[in-house]
Amino acid sequence: MPLIETSDGPDWRRRTTKQEFMIWFGWLIGTAIVVYAFHLISEKTIWFFVQDAGTQAMDIGTRMVPPKISYMDKLWLPVWDTLNIATLGTVIALIIAVPVAFAAARNTTPHPIIRATALLVIVSSRSVNSLIWALMLVFIFGPGVLAGTIAIGLRSIGFCAKLLYEAIEEIDHTQVEAIEATGASRAQQILFGIVPQVLPTFAGVGVFRWDINIRESTILGLVGAGGIGLQLNGSINTLAWTQVSMILLVIFVTVLISEWVSAKVRHAII
Amino acid sequence: MTEQVNPVYPTTWKRPPLISSATLRWSIILGAAIYLALALGTMDVKWSRVAEGLPRGQRFLDAFFPPNFADNRGVVWDGIQESIWMAVIATVAGIMMSIPIGLGAARNLAPKWVYLSCRAIVAGSRTFPEVILAIFAVKLFGFGPFAGFIALSIGTIGFFAKLLAEDIENMSAAQAEAVKATGANWFQWVNYAIQPQVMPRMIGLSVYRLDINFRESAVVGIVGGGGIGATLNTAFDRYEFDTAAAILLIIIGIVLVLEYASGYLRKWVQ
Repeated sequence: MPLIETSDGPDWRRRTTKQEFMIWFGWLIGTAIVVYAFHLISEKTIWFFVQDAGTQAMDIGTRMVPPKISYMDKLWLPVWDTLNIATLGTVIALIIAVPVAFAAARNTTPHPIIRATALLVIVSSRSVNSLIWALMLVFIFGPGVLAGTIAIGLRSIGFCAKLLYEAIEEIDHTQVEAIEATGASRAQQILFGIVPQVLPTFAGVGVFRWDINIRESTILGLVGAGGIGLQLNGSINTLAWTQVSMILLVIFVTVLISEWVSAKVRHAII
Repeated sequence: MTEQVNPVYPTTWKRPPLISSATLRWSIILGAAIYLALALGTMDVKWSRVAEGLPRGQRFLDAFFPPNFADNRGVVWDGIQESIWMAVIATVAGIMMSIPIGLGAARNLAPKWVYLSCRAIVAGSRTFPEVILAIFAVKLFGFGPFAGFIALSIGTIGFFAKLLAEDIENMSAAQAEAVKATGANWFQWVNYAIQPQVMPRMIGLSVYRLDINFRESAVVGIVGGGGIGATLNTAFDRYEFDTAAAILLIIIGIVLVLEYASGYLRKWVQ
């Protein structure tokens, strides 16, 4: 913190003039970027529709109440499908993520090239959204739950494997060394020295991802990959707004419950 | 002298299980088995369709290679620019909106009714995936990046306000008290006691959120929200899979760069 000597004695400042100038310049650049971005977006916007949005919102809002409770009869199966997509997808992801994570962790990887490949798998799985995976898988498996499940699975591999391999890298090495000292083979070292240390993380990551997957699987139906999104899309396209609000309500409750369950389970494990 | 007792030491060792209570462990295993049977039983997969789809999937994958970066270069470049700018302003706008909401959602700052209403906003925007928000934004604001911008901003609020509120709740109360003791008013209190404590983490989180927003901008386009997602969807609809492959690779590349940059920046800030 600089002291600037003035005629009235030392003057305390938080930053030097140079630092203040740098910060000011940073803000200038940031503001310029935002203004430029907004300009580009606004060029592609039909402002009439935006001005109209308030009335539209009121209109849709009034048509959405009251939610059509009787529609619930037709929603039980899609909700069950959505749960299955999320759960089975998470299971698939975990099964594949374990070997990938061990290949990607610096201390367990058999070879640097295998490590690079595993990291590539993790990155590509993480960067492609589950909706895009679903879009592609619907082409292959046809519309339905299977495409959605595999999409969720593929998308979750990266997430689970990343958190898992970070956990593997952060284990306590003394335990592995102790087991090595008993003459254990490499596989036994992993099984008895590393696995027990990462097992709680593994369970926690699985439940955490399951919670995220419930949320993601509600939208897969938009591209035909099963679950409640199918009903949502249909209801929006037929302008059946009371059904839409019912579906949104169901999604809201499902997500709240899954969040609660996941928090409870993680709390119990960790 | 008492007689010598030879205690019987166990000669075998079993690994302790993750869940120590046997009843709980077995009921979880049993429950999982029943669930799996039910889920797989109701999954309704048309295996004939899958068998038919696999060779088609092969052709589909073949069509992806080699990725075609050349033919639709202009459109793809436009889409990417749109996505990036959309992500940037959605992040900025979302964060600006989530600061008051985050302050309101912190239990140690806000009175109960403010706390509850802000928490309700956070829960609402967190529950619905960006794609569902985007569907409604498209309905209200018309097709194009403006709708995507709104959807991503609302998604940002749910993420950022929640983490901001949690960070404020976990801050050190001593500093807050010290500033309050100097007779600071509420705004000075927030600015000098709370803001410096949460700022480093918030900068990291905003870069992380920019990363998420870019990824999500690739999917809001599928429902009409503009950006690279719209381009990707068009490529799929026109069966230009080589262009789609190029777009996917570009998305993966940008996400990689962003992730690396955000990791670096977060380390630098802390």
